[in-house]
Amino acid sequence: MYSRAYKTIISIPPLLWVCLFLLLPYALMFAHSFWLVRDGFLVHQWNLQNYRALFTNPLYFQVFLRTARIAASVTLCSLLLGYPLAYYLSFHAGPRKELLYQLVIVPLWVSYLVRGYAWKTILGSDGVLNGFLQYLHITHEPVSFFLYSPFAVVLMLTHIYTPFVFLPIYASLEHIPRPLLEASQDLGADRRTTFLRVILPLSIPGLVAGATFAFVLSLGDFLAPLLVGGPSATMIANIVQSLFGAAYDWPLGAAISVCILLITVSLLFTTERLEKRWAFK
Amino acid sequence: MTSGNSHQRSPILRVYAALVFAFIYLPITVLILYSFNRDGVGGFPPRHFTLDWYRQLFSDAAIWESVVNSLIVAAASVALSLTLGLFAALALDRASFPGKALFRRLVLLPLILPGIITGLSLLMFAVFAAMQLSLLTVFLGHGTALISVATTELFAGLQKLDRAQEEASLDLGATPWQTFWRITLPNLKLSLIAAGLLIFTLSMDEIAVTFFLIGRDNTLPLEIWGRLRRGITPEINAISTLIFAVSVALIVIWYRLRARIGTQAQELLERP
Repeated sequence: MYSRAYKTIISIPPLLWVCLFLLLPYALMFAHSFWLVRDGFLVHQWNLQNYRALFTNPLYFQVFLRTARIAASVTLCSLLLGYPLAYYLSFHAGPRKELLYQLVIVPLWVSYLVRGYAWKTILGSDGVLNGFLQYLHITHEPVSFFLYSPFAVVLMLTHIYTPFVFLPIYASLEHIPRPLLEASQDLGADRRTTFLRVILPLSIPGLVAGATFAFVLSLGDFLAPLLVGGPSATMIANIVQSLFGAAYDWPLGAAISVCILLITVSLLFTTERLEKRWAFK
Repeated sequence: MTSGNSHQRSPILRVYAALVFAFIYLPITVLILYSFNRDGVGGFPPRHFTLDWYRQLFSDAAIWESVVNSLIVAAASVALSLTLGLFAALALDRASFPGKALFRRLVLLPLILPGIITGLSLLMFAVFAAMQLSLLTVFLGHGTALISVATTELFAGLQKLDRAQEEASLDLGATPWQTFWRITLPNLKLSLIAAGLLIFTLSMDEIAVTFFLIGRDNTLPLEIWGRLRRGITPEINAISTLIFAVSVALIVIWYRLRARIGTQAQELLERP
């Protein structure tokens, strides 16, 4: 029903914009990763030096492993908090369901910085938690290891991504046809069996989507380590950020960014296929 | 036989859910509480109530300058990403062209990609195009990254649209241009407002992309970020409290609007 001219006119502006301001910048990042810096100047000479450095220098591999460990911990913790919450809301919340749902998604859009800063004031050595522990006479001196540790990063990121993980899980639980549960009960399954054999398998696509969000977004985070992590929690994106700042080696930074990008995209691609395969039809 | 599981009691699960809610809301509650504490950001319990930190905040020129910068960037980003997002949503809904699936993924990529990737690639673009880093580059970054949000929101709105009205309009001799202005756009009004509110909030709060594109003039989050490095005072609690209050207000309005449009909020987070 729409004319050819109409279709052309609506397609051209976003296509042009996306090519110019998304595709071209990504392509530039890709190109940079094959260039190098000599005497403080960027040299447009194609080479594989940056990637070779990435795979031979054990430092990068170590930081990458730490990043993956932190991201995996965040994913696991967010699932452990988000899944039961989604389950409770979907099956047991009764008339308060809608209100509780809103209460979970509101923090989702509230400033990352505000939430990170809140943790900084809580965990610091003269912070709220230490004050609280001393007030109760549990400890007598400030405990310094709350802040500036990988633990603080995992805590802060778990706090931020739990609502992210909750959302797709809740959606998949809501899509489970309730008669299936009745059928399971009528056939003699107890609640545990119903959960393990009916609800859990049907919620796997949501679970995978949520876990992917948490993992991918934590993997590329550089603000949490700066805010609450300290040197012992340096993540791969912090390396990138310093290479683009004081260390001035854009090509190497670009090479790491390309790796993050490739890992992210391939993870998304894989989990998308998995979700499709496991989706309830 | 019971009707589903919905009426079974499970106290453990309830307590667990309450604890998760506490975990989600505790930090922000502490933050707000200590913005009224005379003795600083730490310590327990907060003892002396004061509004001094808010007074200090309201006379802090640098903060308000950055608020104005953020408002300008956010308003411009809303305009840009809504316009392009509308076109993109229309194209995805109605046109077919080679590479459409790729285009869809590309538009939505900034939604799921870590901010540092989007920020850095745009930084390289800015240097490539010999642009000075300024609020303009920040606006380009926000506007481009948030097309993803506008597209998902408006695409959801288009799916609910009654095609018969457009068809009737075209059949009765209106040009596609008239049909667009008189039928399509008015029907999308709520979706546009909802998407605009969300984009505005996200732009006001954005920090990861902004970090790499900022010039001399700070946005509010970057101004706060800079102060965090110099040591913290409850003045930051005070501004955070205000940010929180404004964000919550905007998000609640957004949520209500979405409920009226009749689309599910979770669609936004469906994967690219």
